Amino acid sequence: MDDLWYSEYHAPTVRFSIKVKSQLYHEKSDYQDISVFDSVEFGRFLTLDGIMMLTERDEFIYHEMITHPAMAVNPEIKNVLVIGAGDGGVARELIKYKHIQQIDVVEIDERVVTVCKEYLPKTACGFDDPRVQLHFQDGLKFVRRRENIYDLIIVDSTDPFGPGEVLFTKEFYGSCFNALTENGILVNQHESSFYKSDAKEMQAAHRYNMQVFPVSRLYQAHIPTYPSGHWLFGFASKGLDPINDFKADDWNALGIATRYYNTPLHLGAFALPNYIKELLANG
Amino acid sequence: MSDQSRAPLMEALEHMRNNRLVPFDVPGHKHGKGNPELTEFLGEQCLSVDVNSMKPLDNLCHPTSVIREAEQLAAEAFGAANAFFMVGGTTSSVQAMILSAVKGGDEIILPRNVHQSVINALVLCGAVPIYINPQTHKQLGISLGMSVQDVLHTVEEHPHAKAVLVNNPTYYGICSDLRQITKIAHEKNMLVLVDEAHGTHFYFGKDMPVSAMAAGADMAAVSMHKSGGSLTQSSILLCGPKMNPHYVRKIINLTQTTSGSYLLLSSLDISRRNLALQGVEIFEKVKNYADYAREEINAIGDYYAYSKELINGDSIFDFDTTKLSVNTLRLGLAGIEVYDLLRDEYGIQIEFGDLGNVLAYISVGDKHKNIERLISAFSEIHRVYKRSNKDLLDSEYINPIVVMSPQKAFYSDKISLPIEECAGRVCTEFVMCYPPGIPILAPGERITDEIIRYIRYSGEKGCLVTGPESMNASRLNVLKGE
Repeated sequence: MDDLWYSEYHAPTVRFSIKVKSQLYHEKSDYQDISVFDSVEFGRFLTLDGIMMLTERDEFIYHEMITHPAMAVNPEIKNVLVIGAGDGGVARELIKYKHIQQIDVVEIDERVVTVCKEYLPKTACGFDDPRVQLHFQDGLKFVRRRENIYDLIIVDSTDPFGPGEVLFTKEFYGSCFNALTENGILVNQHESSFYKSDAKEMQAAHRYNMQVFPVSRLYQAHIPTYPSGHWLFGFASKGLDPINDFKADDWNALGIATRYYNTPLHLGAFALPNYIKELLANG
Repeated sequence: MSDQSRAPLMEALEHMRNNRLVPFDVPGHKHGKGNPELTEFLGEQCLSVDVNSMKPLDNLCHPTSVIREAEQLAAEAFGAANAFFMVGGTTSSVQAMILSAVKGGDEIILPRNVHQSVINALVLCGAVPIYINPQTHKQLGISLGMSVQDVLHTVEEHPHAKAVLVNNPTYYGICSDLRQITKIAHEKNMLVLVDEAHGTHFYFGKDMPVSAMAAGADMAAVSMHKSGGSLTQSSILLCGPKMNPHYVRKIINLTQTTSGSYLLLSSLDISRRNLALQGVEIFEKVKNYADYAREEINAIGDYYAYSKELINGDSIFDFDTTKLSVNTLRLGLAGIEVYDLLRDEYGIQIEFGDLGNVLAYISVGDKHKNIERLISAFSEIHRVYKRSNKDLLDSEYINPIVVMSPQKAFYSDKISLPIEECAGRVCTEFVMCYPPGIPILAPGERITDEIIRYIRYSGEKGCLVTGPESMNASRLNVLKGE
């Protein structure tokens, strides 16, 4: 086997590498470079503009953690908007809930969905459920035109440097607020806080979030293939608190099968390390 | 037609760079090596062509080789008889244009909503302004173009005037009937000068309002650095066939630096090439962006992003659809307030806000996602900040009362008075809101209560009031002993 490695800069002087069996696919879409690789350790993985999006091996952590905590705070959630998420992983988690009625997935790049359906069926299977509606358009534009519709908005975006940039702005959070119902919750991927440049983005995203939502908290998960491995998510709402309003028993009663998330872990995920608390206080 | 894909000035600079010429001339930073911090900040490529005039690079004050060739290519691209590369901003183009056309005591016909550089030129040369009241759009509170009837009357009343100056398009995108105005002026042997600072793209885009040169005007000042993409402070002065280019060159040299920056000059050369080759595509894209943004912003409600529907055949003869001008009054917010909110709350810097409008500058450098951000920020401001709009002032055009020429007032004996005591006095300085930099008062004009109210209101709403010696505009210089 050739000595092929995929490498990504996690910081200007830090690289993360995975030994690659082969490159299964590459194209340059209107928005970005889309690649799928096969690897020994992580199975298949998807990169956009050279940046790791998901691997078959650890995607369950990310997709479970961006979905289930909010579902356990408000088990009444019926209408969900997912922005980004062209791989289908979030939809796959959401369709586990029988009481959810509508799942709108807004992905700007139709090619990502097509490629994932072909090469990453383990996540793209999320699109097969009839409750899932795909919309190929700009997330900011889609949400701007909606008012008081969704109980939950999940923002599964790329980093704030590429096409996902607009999903880290105050105007986007404000539009989400407007699109949410009275008990609405917004969950977004919030970057890492370990490396300096990522920390800055994380601070800015949190600051904007706080300016728009009365409740704005962060929680964490361990995702081996993302920079530093320690990843943050934002939980913002019009009133529901992720701890005080947590309905562990109700959620457990649903009998949802998960490999990472569980209700004791939910509480722990919101307990942040001191250095992150400091970053937030000074952000 | 010569080869518009050439860029003689850029080519000469590249040649110089490749020859590794050893500099024993100014500038003292010597291709950046003597100022490492500056080189680090601006880049080695940039510093290596920040050089002085030399034989292979020609001389801006007396161009005979590569600058001349570049200017000729520009003249051809713009459909002008002659073009001059300018390094003192479009202010210098406007001033050269006026100083070439009129001298002390001559009359010049112009609308009052001109840029301050126009009236500054009158202070320099002593010409007397004959103002045409630009029509005002009642609902939008913006000045419009010159009505043909008004030009006709004024030309009849002042048959000895030497020139007519037209501001085309205005900052907001309003165009006058340039062809008709030119015809009227030329019948009376008056020159037609066009401040075309906001109209570079008229020469290159498809289905654009008519450009000054195409309309037969004698001179035009074109801000290449606005829609043309060149560096800030670079500009082009265009002349029609009637103008003597040698005399114009002499006028330019009265005030122009003898160390013209090759960064600015090469940016004009490269931008001209780009516009000549890609202009149609570039401005189609800009028009589409602006049209899309207008449609989306109008769909939010309360905002009015206006366009060609304003056209009335006269004072709004045409509209430049690359301009994204938005009226904010129905939102209950002054334009300047929306302008500040966009920057402070949403990290978006737009071109300007006046009392009732904002202007977002759309260009080839924009990306679709940023257009979406701009629209969403407008939408959010509407959702979060909308209020009842009772206390907003109608920004009516205030007809100036000209008592003496700007030059006479500027150089006369004066005293400083608190602004509230100035009503009835003759102002000897400029007062304007910046941007757009159009004077509320010019030297030689009578101050009225209405004007004082307007200045104070502008300040309260957050406009930067500039011009007076008193930095916060709490006092004005007025004519002594009146």
